[in-house]
Amino acid sequence: MGNFFFAALFSILISTKLFAAGDAAKPIQVDWSFNGFFGKFDRAQLQRGFQVYKEVCASCHSMKYLSYRNLGEKGGPEFSDEEVKAIAASYQIKDGPNEQGEMFERAGLPKDKFKSPYPNEKAARSVNGGAYPPDMYLLVKARAGRSNYIYSVLMGYDENPPPEMKIEEGVYYNKYMAGNKIRMSKPLNDGSVEYSDGTQATVSQMSKDVTAFLTWAAEPHLETRKRIGFKTIIYLLIFSVLVFLSMKRIWSRVETKM
Amino acid sequence: MSETNYKPTSAFGKWFDERLPLLTLFNGHLMQYPTPKNLNYWWTFGGILTFCLVTQIITGIVLAMHYTAHADLAFSSVEHIMRDVNYGWLIRYIHANGASMFFLAVYIHIFRALFYGSYKSPREVIWILGIIIYILMMAAAFMGYVLPWGQMSFWGATVITNLFSAIPLIGESVTQWLWGGYSVDNPTLTRFFSLHYLIPFLILGLVILHIWALHVPGNNNPVGIDLKKDGSDTVPFHPYIVIKDLFALVIFMIVFAGFVFYAPNVLGHSDNYIQADPLVTPAHIVPEWYLLPFYAILRSVPDKLGGVVLMFGAIFILLALPWLDTSKVRSAVFRPIYKQFFWLLVLDVLVLGYVGAMPAEGIYLLISRVATAYYFIHFIIVMPLLGYMEKTKPVPLSIADPIISSGSGNFAAAKKDKIFS
Repeated sequence: MGNFFFAALFSILISTKLFAAGDAAKPIQVDWSFNGFFGKFDRAQLQRGFQVYKEVCASCHSMKYLSYRNLGEKGGPEFSDEEVKAIAASYQIKDGPNEQGEMFERAGLPKDKFKSPYPNEKAARSVNGGAYPPDMYLLVKARAGRSNYIYSVLMGYDENPPPEMKIEEGVYYNKYMAGNKIRMSKPLNDGSVEYSDGTQATVSQMSKDVTAFLTWAAEPHLETRKRIGFKTIIYLLIFSVLVFLSMKRIWSRVETKM
Repeated sequence: MSETNYKPTSAFGKWFDERLPLLTLFNGHLMQYPTPKNLNYWWTFGGILTFCLVTQIITGIVLAMHYTAHADLAFSSVEHIMRDVNYGWLIRYIHANGASMFFLAVYIHIFRALFYGSYKSPREVIWILGIIIYILMMAAAFMGYVLPWGQMSFWGATVITNLFSAIPLIGESVTQWLWGGYSVDNPTLTRFFSLHYLIPFLILGLVILHIWALHVPGNNNPVGIDLKKDGSDTVPFHPYIVIKDLFALVIFMIVFAGFVFYAPNVLGHSDNYIQADPLVTPAHIVPEWYLLPFYAILRSVPDKLGGVVLMFGAIFILLALPWLDTSKVRSAVFRPIYKQFFWLLVLDVLVLGYVGAMPAEGIYLLISRVATAYYFIHFIIVMPLLGYMEKTKPVPLSIADPIISSGSGNFAAAKKDKIFS
């Protein structure tokens, strides 16, 4: 009965997460390197993912709360200090006001936040036919299917939608979006970027890489979390055995009389 | 119950205790306090809940040092905690999942009281204090969920505060007074933050009263009978109950850690990682899981005022439970019919929670209406009638000696309920 009670309770907890929106297909399940108890990011994959973000996504999507310095931090893509400085310096950042009270442009520094493609949301909408490309730093956590969902949307484009669907101008068919429609045109095509490590830049590969990068961006302490979590649970398990044995010993004084 | 002939041994202890008998108090209530020796693990949740409250207060104080209660800054200050504050992610995940763990424990604690009749005379005041604590917990949890200022924060706050507009005549003024304006906005956020910080300390005070009230008649127990006066049915709280509570707490912490480290966002809604936008309504507005049964009751009524009345009624009816239950026998172990109704109520609340997460339409609406009806029938009709109609099993004379003097086979029946006795 007790087990039944817990099972029922937990099925309720989980059921609140289960209802997916409308008629979208279930996301593709990917065996990510960061899944599981010992999950870790693949550094090379994060670096490739950053390249995809920088060369493709960044032309429309911002990453407001990420700084260039984060790219060099432990548990992330772990670019070297020089690489981080070079990446930051490749952007012109608005700073100021200076002594004369004027704003000026300067080369980016590691402490700067990622430069946004648009000055504000209105500007973004006016260029994108009214749609606002969402900020990407939390995107993975802000979508119900998380990494699998983001990957699936990138893979879900189809130039030949089901004949019964009406696709308007400026809208694209996507199997995994709610309502099967998306305002973003297919962002990745084979060879959209050229990887320096020789990895084939297929749509699937780039989608995986950039999704891994976005997962790290949303959850930069994922590796530490899993590492500490494992130690904590092992510690608690050992502690529980010791407490259990003490308990048996203490209660043996009483139970023998019963 | 806890008179003690304790005398501090150290000179300073004696000096201090004569002036403020704190040591005597602790010795009487946390060490010598006589506790029934047959308490099972369902009784460990009081200690677990104390742990949850303290954890929430400590992590909450740290989070408040880094959080900014402002509509434009709250969301980014939470991200600042998650990214840049040392172990901020850990503290926030403990706090957010801690709320869920707190409610998981409190629901088990409440259902334990329902099963063993712990709310009955002479423990009515303990029960009423407990229900007030539970109501305050829901208020604190609701306001806490608003603080990150995500989409669900904002829209959840909008839905819940709008409930007050159903009050006839003054509803609209009350709602605007709660908001501090004409919609959920910055003034709402700042007052919720203030109250969210206040309520846990109110709960702490009530918990002390709850324990005080408990220590007057002493604990109920799985058999549900009064203890023998000679103390042969009890053990001192320390070390017997302390070690048992600690063991249960460590197991509970393993589950807690599982959520914090490996599924920290499973109990939250992904939309709350989108900053609040008053112009975009989420497809489904759902509260946190622990409020879903009440949300289902609210939506089961087509009339707004009716829904609000039923929802609050569902909580406040618990206050009257000690007088609605007319049975003289406390423990469900000796109440064969009540026991079945008890599990039906558990199932009913789980069903309400389930339909609370579903859109209020079609079959879900129908189920929520049936389940809501049963919830009230259970308390208003079943509980009073059962006391008169149910033939209870013979109750043992003492817990140390659970074999009933006249009994034939009743002991076997009691034994079958091993997990609960």
